[in-house]
Amino acid sequence: MRAGPILAQTGSALGLLLAVVLFNFILLHAAPGDVAEAIAGATGGATKESLDEIRHIYGLDQSLPRQFLIYVGNLLHGDLGTSAYFNAPVAGLILERLFPTILLVGAALTAAVVAGTMLGVLAAQRPTGVLSQFVSILSLLGYSAPVFWTGIVLILVFASWIPLFPAQGMIDPRTSVGILPQTLDILRHLVLPTFTLASVYLAQYSRLSRTSMLEALGADYVRTARAKGLSEGVVVYKHALRNAILPIVTVAGVQVSHLLAGAVLVETVFGWPGMGRLAYESILRRDAPLMLGILFCTAILVIVVNTMIDLLYHVIDPRIRRR
Amino acid sequence: MRAMKVRYGIVGGLILATMTFAALAEEQKTLVVGTITTPVVNNALGSGTAPGTPGTQVFAGLVELDDHFVPQPYLATSWDVSADGLVYTFHLRQGAKFHDGTPVTSEDVAFSVDTVRANHPFGRAMLGPVDRVETPDALTARFVLKQPHPAMLTSVTTLLLPILPRHVYDNGPIRTNPANTMAIGAGPFKVAEFKAGQSITLVKNPDFFMPGRPKSDRIILRFYDDMQSARLSLENGETDAILQTSFGYGDFDRLKKNPKLNVFTDTFAGLGIVDYLEFNLRKAPFNDLRVRKAIAHAIDRKFLVEKFQGGVTQQLEGPLPPDHPFATKDLVHYDYDLKEANRILDEAGYKPDANGVRFKATLDAPTFSPDGLGRVADYLKPQLKRIGIEIDRRISPDSATWAQRLSNYDYDMAMSQIYNYPDPVIGTHRLFLCKNQIKGVMFSNTGGYCNEKVDQLLEQASKETDPAKRKELYAQFQKIITEDLPYIYTTTELPYGVAQKSIVGLPKTVLGTMAPMWDMEKK
Repeated sequence: MRAGPILAQTGSALGLLLAVVLFNFILLHAAPGDVAEAIAGATGGATKESLDEIRHIYGLDQSLPRQFLIYVGNLLHGDLGTSAYFNAPVAGLILERLFPTILLVGAALTAAVVAGTMLGVLAAQRPTGVLSQFVSILSLLGYSAPVFWTGIVLILVFASWIPLFPAQGMIDPRTSVGILPQTLDILRHLVLPTFTLASVYLAQYSRLSRTSMLEALGADYVRTARAKGLSEGVVVYKHALRNAILPIVTVAGVQVSHLLAGAVLVETVFGWPGMGRLAYESILRRDAPLMLGILFCTAILVIVVNTMIDLLYHVIDPRIRRR
Repeated sequence: MRAMKVRYGIVGGLILATMTFAALAEEQKTLVVGTITTPVVNNALGSGTAPGTPGTQVFAGLVELDDHFVPQPYLATSWDVSADGLVYTFHLRQGAKFHDGTPVTSEDVAFSVDTVRANHPFGRAMLGPVDRVETPDALTARFVLKQPHPAMLTSVTTLLLPILPRHVYDNGPIRTNPANTMAIGAGPFKVAEFKAGQSITLVKNPDFFMPGRPKSDRIILRFYDDMQSARLSLENGETDAILQTSFGYGDFDRLKKNPKLNVFTDTFAGLGIVDYLEFNLRKAPFNDLRVRKAIAHAIDRKFLVEKFQGGVTQQLEGPLPPDHPFATKDLVHYDYDLKEANRILDEAGYKPDANGVRFKATLDAPTFSPDGLGRVADYLKPQLKRIGIEIDRRISPDSATWAQRLSNYDYDMAMSQIYNYPDPVIGTHRLFLCKNQIKGVMFSNTGGYCNEKVDQLLEQASKETDPAKRKELYAQFQKIITEDLPYIYTTTELPYGVAQKSIVGLPKTVLGTMAPMWDMEKK
């Protein structure tokens, strides 16, 4: 590739990022109230003087265009600004929440792709069998049920009724210090939110892989493989699946941004200390720098994941490598 | 092969044993207590349960109210009041230290008074009468007053006047001081970690000046903004206690039946939380007393308490809840009577049009109290239709929207709520004083009520040192309010606390969750 297209691509990405920031800045300021009032609301009211003081400290008494210019100026210097609500740097607040979100979204994506693909493959081998019917029904259910509903039902069944898993948070604060007990506790907390978030996408991947496997299994090269006398396992997993998985990887890449959006709801339902919940709360608190910072980081996260998916193509499909 | 299996077995067993042992050792001393999100721990900057809950653990005040509203010695071991009631001398405890090891002195008390007066929403009401704090020696703080101030002792509790170490907080603008979250006080617990929007980890202050306290080594204050999740976490034991919930009243009976949980309502009398319908008195026809009287007759309080609030709350007719120390029964009553309501409106000349509508009005409600305010607002729409008032029930996506509309006088009618606190000077006056109409400030006199007689009574009551006379002044005030009806009171709001039955030593207090948890432990 020559430098021209890369520059154009980067330029348009930056332009898009700026537009995202501007649009959300305007949107958030169009909502009634400001962060000074949110602080006053959380701390039992305030005097006129302290409201004015808070507005002055965080530059909210400046005109909106000026506030925006200051924000973008800081951003260009790599400074995400200060959250007025928490009186803390935005970068630190986001960093604290980054790992839980990556863990949740990563686990959900992996679970959805692996389990979805497996179900789809098994279903494709017997398109009219019981399992195939089951996958169709599961897809329909998973796809049509909203995640917050799925989450609440799972909590009621597996945390409240049959207390197998914890209902809230990422780690029980009573868990003793140490890598092993803490990891185990986090895994225990991870099960329900992961399943909730994965359910929608699991449904999609199983449908997709079922269709794409059916197509692959009917292809000439599969008949050739069978004719060569290869075992069914090698035929299905080495020949057919490797080709059938490409559309799944493509869709997975596109859906990372959807997953992040879904994470907002799942994090809220499960009290998961991630960025999604922080974004939602910062909107309620009219905490503009924090919300813009989260959007900014989310955008970067999506770009990173999409790049990784692109690289994954090279591993799965040797034809791309040769080009 | 076999040796390997054995080895795995031993390693696995060891790991399991260590984990169990560590878990047992740790779990006994840590409490997980639920509360609502707070941006700060320093409760000199704000009131309410958000900063009040951690603040009362980390800071110590001069006195602490017991469960009968009686001030008990805390940082002050004793105090003298001059005969004219104008000088309060507090004797500080010898050997009391802040978490950083520096001794608590009268200088710190004087600094805290200045800070709270300048920054706390009630600062001026509580500490305005204090002319100066003299510090004759390190352990004596003498409050010299401009006028008698019967609410003085209530105003120096930890909740309202946390004693701050001057050398930490007198350091540039206090709003941006990092010690607002990583707070340093002289209370039973130290802040070990502040996770924004998630939790505060408090650890035992080993040098705390009260022997044997606190009983627990660690308290995790976990923030719950979603009450459904908070409730579930109590039910499956993830949370040990929430000392003040805002669960719906529908859950009250269900939680009470749970054999593992202890549900209590006896620690909230000092909050005096009331729900009411507020009017924008600057606008017609809401400035017409007859209209407000008609509306008062159209509200069936019994129905609200029984159907929406599970019989947990009480019907309310005046500004103070029935169990408040200053409440009176001598009020003007407005019985539920739709005929009477319609008659008053007919007589006042508000003729219904062809659709039976006399006039239209908007009605706002916040989201923070669904059963106390939200559903009552929903109820008022069809109810007021029956007396010919067409309500536009404006939905707010969040409480900030509601607050913005009220504080900028952009409303007709609204459901609202206030904490009266143990002394009316602190929480009650603000809604009624003529001069407390401050545009842009929530929980001020947003409706625009002004009655000179009321101002006079409140002014007098804030100086009257004879408790009986003072109570009489407040009784007169309450009666006038039910005559003038700037607000129509609906019900009390009764928060309830929930704890696992295994938790003992819950705070004996009138301030709900805003009291030291020094005796709390898991048995």
